[in-house]
Amino acid sequence: MEYIPNILFAIVLIAGVGYFARNINKLIRNIKLGQEVDASDKKSERWTNVVRIALGQSKMVKRPVSGFLHVIVYVGFVIINIEVLEIIIDGIFGTHRIGIEILPLSVYGFLIGSFEVLAVLVLVTVVIFWLRRNVIKVKRFLSAEMKGWPKSDGNIILYFEVVLMCLFLVMNATDTPFQAMDSGNVISQFIAPWFNGFSVEALHTIERTAWWMHIVGILVFLNYLYYSKHLHILLAFPNVYYGSVEPKGKVNNLEAVTNEVKLMMDPDADPYAAPAESAADEVPAKFGASDVMDLSQVQLLNAYTCTECGRCTSACPANLTGKKLSPRKIMMDTRDRLVEVGKNIDANNGVFKDDGKQLLGDYILNEELWACTTCNACVEECPVSINPLSIILDMRRYLVMEQSAAPMELNNMMTNIENNGAPWPYNQMDRLNWANEE
Amino acid sequence: MSEQLKVPTMAEFMAEGKQPEILFWVGSAGSYDDRAKKITKAFVKVLHKANVDFAVLGTEESNTGDVAKRAGNEFLFQMQAVMNIEVLNAYEVKRIVTCDPHSFNCIKNEYPSLGGNYDVIHHTQYIQELIEAGRLTVEGETYKGKRITFHDPCYLGRANSVYDAPRNVLKNTNATLTEMKRHKGTALCCGAGGAQMFKDAEPGNKEINVLRTEDALATNPDIIATGCPYCNTMMTDGIKAKEKEGTVTVLDVAELIANS
Ligand code: SF4
Ligand code: SF4
Repeated sequence: MEYIPNILFAIVLIAGVGYFARNINKLIRNIKLGQEVDASDKKSERWTNVVRIALGQSKMVKRPVSGFLHVIVYVGFVIINIEVLEIIIDGIFGTHRIGIEILPLSVYGFLIGSFEVLAVLVLVTVVIFWLRRNVIKVKRFLSAEMKGWPKSDGNIILYFEVVLMCLFLVMNATDTPFQAMDSGNVISQFIAPWFNGFSVEALHTIERTAWWMHIVGILVFLNYLYYSKHLHILLAFPNVYYGSVEPKGKVNNLEAVTNEVKLMMDPDADPYAAPAESAADEVPAKFGASDVMDLSQVQLLNAYTCTECGRCTSACPANLTGKKLSPRKIMMDTRDRLVEVGKNIDANNGVFKDDGKQLLGDYILNEELWACTTCNACVEECPVSINPLSIILDMRRYLVMEQSAAPMELNNMMTNIENNGAPWPYNQMDRLNWANEE
Repeated sequence: MSEQLKVPTMAEFMAEGKQPEILFWVGSAGSYDDRAKKITKAFVKVLHKANVDFAVLGTEESNTGDVAKRAGNEFLFQMQAVMNIEVLNAYEVKRIVTCDPHSFNCIKNEYPSLGGNYDVIHHTQYIQELIEAGRLTVEGETYKGKRITFHDPCYLGRANSVYDAPRNVLKNTNATLTEMKRHKGTALCCGAGGAQMFKDAEPGNKEINVLRTEDALATNPDIIATGCPYCNTMMTDGIKAKEKEGTVTVLDVAELIANS
């Protein structure tokens, strides 16, 4: 009978981690629906970015208040989770605070003491975050796309943190031997008196309950991530790694187009020549993107990584002047559609069944796409190296090259370029006239 | 500026069997737009003043295709690019300077994978280079004491991280340089990019160029300096919308240097 807690613990742990692994597998499968990208270049620059932007949060602190607060929660959360290691070992082997046995008391005390201090800092910060979202109502948390689930999601995670931190502190405060040791209980010693007058058994029960709820809470949190914008705490790292290492102004040249242009421009090309081998069984290239499968794997990873912070949207000139376009919404729509496609695949034994919907039109409207000035402000702002602009451009490509659905004025402009080599209806031969005009 | 400008073409250089130091890529706006043509001429004046051996492609230049690409027409872009690259490569062009950040970005970043590899710089970078090399001296009298604020063109600044060259050049005017609240990496777009220049804006509650002009006016400037023909148009229109034509002028860095 005495092994029941250990077995129970192992079952809970395996179930929690297993379910999480299953979802991560799905996530990877979904990302792989996108087009492959080659990111094998500039490895050292990519790693530098991971260290600076993801680990060092260099972009976060560009907005000092929220940046600083975020660093506290981030550091606090990561460090406090070291404690989980002890919990897991204790849980499996039925030990109690194994750390005391393997570490010098002073080191153990120092560690737990730091965790406790961080827990309080996290609690304070989380309260400020909650106030910013719900009382001060910082503008970027109130946009149209932040209604409903995204809004709840932002708050739920804050409640999670509060509960986990409180459980951690209560667990320490009600741990009689730990309090008696008087090392590392920097904060919990002030909570312990609240439980004065409780019997030893009652204290033990509370301590055990807090311990169990803490670890179960962490496992629930882990599994919650998959459904939340908080995936970014994991995905920020790969996302930054795969992010662009080129100047922001550089837009990729479509290879499929290059091939066709070469054929068209090459006077020796034989239009009736048999297509090169391998081309025969290939699906004819689709230009641009109308659905998530047309986007690249990096763009899809971007969508899962988006923190919904809205820094992009709050810097977007189109959004600032009341247009429908919001780069954050572009990312949220892409993720929502990808999740929908994923569910469709799950429901149809692993194959996608056409659902008559697509990203373009059902989620993102032409009006949003045409409002973009390609200014890169969103790309510059994003703390986790997401590029909403690339998705906008790929969808414009689809509109123009597959549907000829550009606004009329743009069609005129393009006809002019085609005919006269300038966006206006001037004669190519007049191109140097400026030099002779007064 | 009534004197006729001497503007040699690559074809002329070729005929004499010579290579210029640098090719001046004029761009579509610089060639045809009335306001932008003034910038082109001001820059040519600067080039003459510094005794730069330069040439233009003239009627052999065609639109870079940049705006078509941003509008989503990758076909048209690549056709234009391939055509221009053919011309540029035939003349064995090595170095290109342009007053248009869009052409700058496009030729510098998007032509290479199509076979066009050149050293491309923006005219503010080139002017800085000429001043540093002692080839160009700026007296710095005309604008002494005036308040100038520089608007970062997106395709120069954020797109290519060129923030200092225009500012360094402007220091030579001896004007007081002020910064807008949003500047360098956080600068607000003028509203022209991404083919917006050629269409009406989507429904909203304000024009982007007016918002940006308000940013500039908040610094209480005499002059708004830019380094892009499209920004110039947008800011000039913004000044008109704000009815400040009497007190604030919009000038390109090249014009400010040519006049100093
Ligand atoms: S690139 Fe487009 S979406 Fe991004 S900030 Fe600029 S206008 Fe907005
Ligand atoms: S794209 Fe980046 S900046 Fe925009 S909401 Fe998502 S994480 Fe924030």
